[in-house]
Amino acid sequence: MSSVYALLFIVATIVLVIGLARKIAQYAKAPAPLKIPTTPAPVTQTGVVLRLFREVVFFESLFKSTKWTWLFSWLFHFGMFLVLLRHLRYFIDPVWLPIQLIQPFGKYAAFAMVAGLAGLLIRRIFVDRVRYISAPSDYLWLLLLLAIGVSGATMTFVIHTDVVAVKQFFTGFWTFSMGDLPMDPVLLVHLTLVAVLMLLLPVSKLLHIPGIFFSPSRNQVDNPREKRHLVEWARKLEDS
Amino acid sequence: MAKAEFKTPELSEYIEVPDLVEGTMEHITCFVAKPEHQEALGFPGEKKENWKEVAIDKMGDLLSRYRSFRVYLDACVKCGSCTDKCHYFLGTQDPKNMPVGRQDLLRKVYRRYFTFAGKYFPKLVGAVDLSEEIVDDWYSYFHQCSQCRRCSVFCPYGIDTAEISMAAREILDAIGIGQKYCNEIIGKVHAIGNNLGLPGPAILDTLEGLEEDVWEETDVAVKYPLDVKGADILLVTPSADFFAEPHVDGLIGYGKVFHEAGVSWTLSTTASEAGNFGMFIGSYENMRRVSLRIRQAALELGVKRIVFGECGHAWRIAYSFLNTLAGPFDFLDPDYPVPQHICEFTLNEIEKGTLEFDKSENDDMSITFHDSCNVARASRMGDKPGGQFEIPRKVIKSVVNNYHDMEWDTIHDRTFCCGGGGGILTDDLMEVRVKGAKPRMSAFKNVMEEKGVTHLAAICAICKSQFTKVFPYYGMDMFQIVSVHQLVSNAIVMNRKTPPEEAPGYGEDDDE
Repeated sequence: MSSVYALLFIVATIVLVIGLARKIAQYAKAPAPLKIPTTPAPVTQTGVVLRLFREVVFFESLFKSTKWTWLFSWLFHFGMFLVLLRHLRYFIDPVWLPIQLIQPFGKYAAFAMVAGLAGLLIRRIFVDRVRYISAPSDYLWLLLLLAIGVSGATMTFVIHTDVVAVKQFFTGFWTFSMGDLPMDPVLLVHLTLVAVLMLLLPVSKLLHIPGIFFSPSRNQVDNPREKRHLVEWARKLEDS
Repeated sequence: MAKAEFKTPELSEYIEVPDLVEGTMEHITCFVAKPEHQEALGFPGEKKENWKEVAIDKMGDLLSRYRSFRVYLDACVKCGSCTDKCHYFLGTQDPKNMPVGRQDLLRKVYRRYFTFAGKYFPKLVGAVDLSEEIVDDWYSYFHQCSQCRRCSVFCPYGIDTAEISMAAREILDAIGIGQKYCNEIIGKVHAIGNNLGLPGPAILDTLEGLEEDVWEETDVAVKYPLDVKGADILLVTPSADFFAEPHVDGLIGYGKVFHEAGVSWTLSTTASEAGNFGMFIGSYENMRRVSLRIRQAALELGVKRIVFGECGHAWRIAYSFLNTLAGPFDFLDPDYPVPQHICEFTLNEIEKGTLEFDKSENDDMSITFHDSCNVARASRMGDKPGGQFEIPRKVIKSVVNNYHDMEWDTIHDRTFCCGGGGGILTDDLMEVRVKGAKPRMSAFKNVMEEKGVTHLAAICAICKSQFTKVFPYYGMDMFQIVSVHQLVSNAIVMNRKTPPEEAPGYGEDDDE
């Protein structure tokens, strides 16, 4: 059974990395022929980095828009971010000091994550506008992430699993000496769902993760009068 | 198609988010372009037999040429942030007028033909085959978008429905179903030089008329020159400025400002149009062709600077795209930005102290300013981000005593579209225009009631025409819309008097 999971995670990791890399390459290769930042926009590259930072870390535009969605989304994403950082301890040895320090926060961040996801799900079901635009996959993603969060928190706070063995399993990946995974049902559910998430991410709306960095309305410098912007296919029109 | 049977929405004190009512606007369909309009722009004249194939191919072509299109179709997580931001949704309750609802009309087809999930699990991700019904929906709802970008302000990924609707219109053009309004107009620009199809002699006649009017009013011979070689400034302004009200009062104002500033300037017959509807249909090639006329005119006339008159989408193209489409402008004076907005020019002169105003000339009015969407969210004025909000307001406050802004969440980058932008300003879409104007009308009515505002000033030809038309639907007077440079024109003190020998008609009687 452990080797099934090992294989699953190897495949999932390959799919995630290659799938995401291909998508990023596709975004990077697609030209942006016109200057279309949503203005007011930064007039320097540094300003653009700050704009994207505010967008990625604080969800600035969403905050402008609707406070409830912002609150739930931010709880979910920031909670998940801390949880993920905490999870690094299962993959590295020795555990870096910053990861050790966030351990207590990382544990309780699971509640923020689950609460945020629950809020988003309730909103999706009860706000008529959001219900209208939801496909089955939109609900399933929330349910999948909720199940991952709940199963993980269950292991942290209710039914503990043998984390030493789990760590041996994942650190062993580097040296092909992964040992045995504890056969706890909660752990197996948790890991299976994580693998599913990794497999599906590159073909899903989770592409908003790389997408935000390639969004011309957010990542362009507002300097069209000062600097001529011309992409290759547009240059060809000039030659003809 | 003037199914004029519709109810004007009632204005509310606050902008309320309405409940969804499906299909309220699905009957909307604007006139389809005739074969000759299509072919003049390089599009097929009639709906192609293999239209499905052509549409999917075109979509693939656009995906490879526009990063915005590619990323925006993938990145949406259906968070709902944009759902209550579109003025057309707020005015019609139709869920397909929610920005994401509109995008999804295209996204569901994109998913079906271009994504793994949509190819193999269409039901799961809401992907559908391209069909006759979907094309009908595209034609209807992508002509209920004014490309105002309000949704993109509030989207956590900056997804801009304008980009999607431009792409959709480009696909529709590629299969032979273009919109008559836009495509006929673009044809006129290519053939004659402006959207209205005004030939040179008609423009000259109008300008001479303006010179006479201003002479009678002020006893100063203000020139409105056309095709003058060697002038310093080429003014490119929307052709509506030549005859429509209140646009023409703005043009009179530009002339007075240039006169008092003591600069030489000219209009051009071939570039007698600032507008560029090529953007509305998403066609880079047409937009470029229209833009090149301006470069050509600048070269032929040997000007040193280019200044744009009051026009919203024209300013987007001028500010954001002109350098790309028709640059480089290294033959112009490098001391000035290319191009400049007339408000930048006027404020600069005000700050230099060359202009004198008598604000009391505008005391019969109390003004508010409507930020036009393309200026507010797709361009800039001045050196600093947000100059597009400050500079027009500074100009207005320099020439009027009574000024009040509308509610903070309906101005600046949160401004509501007039309801007529992006290729919607046609009588066959009157229902869309009236209903889409609702949020702006509500905010205007509030500031009228609370602050005693009487007039709405704008710097966009489309906004001005649209308000003239829709104000009466909401119980307002069509003359409550004014040009910013009309206010300037009213208040400016003409200090550069005309010597008698330069007066119009001088010497005519003595020739005997």
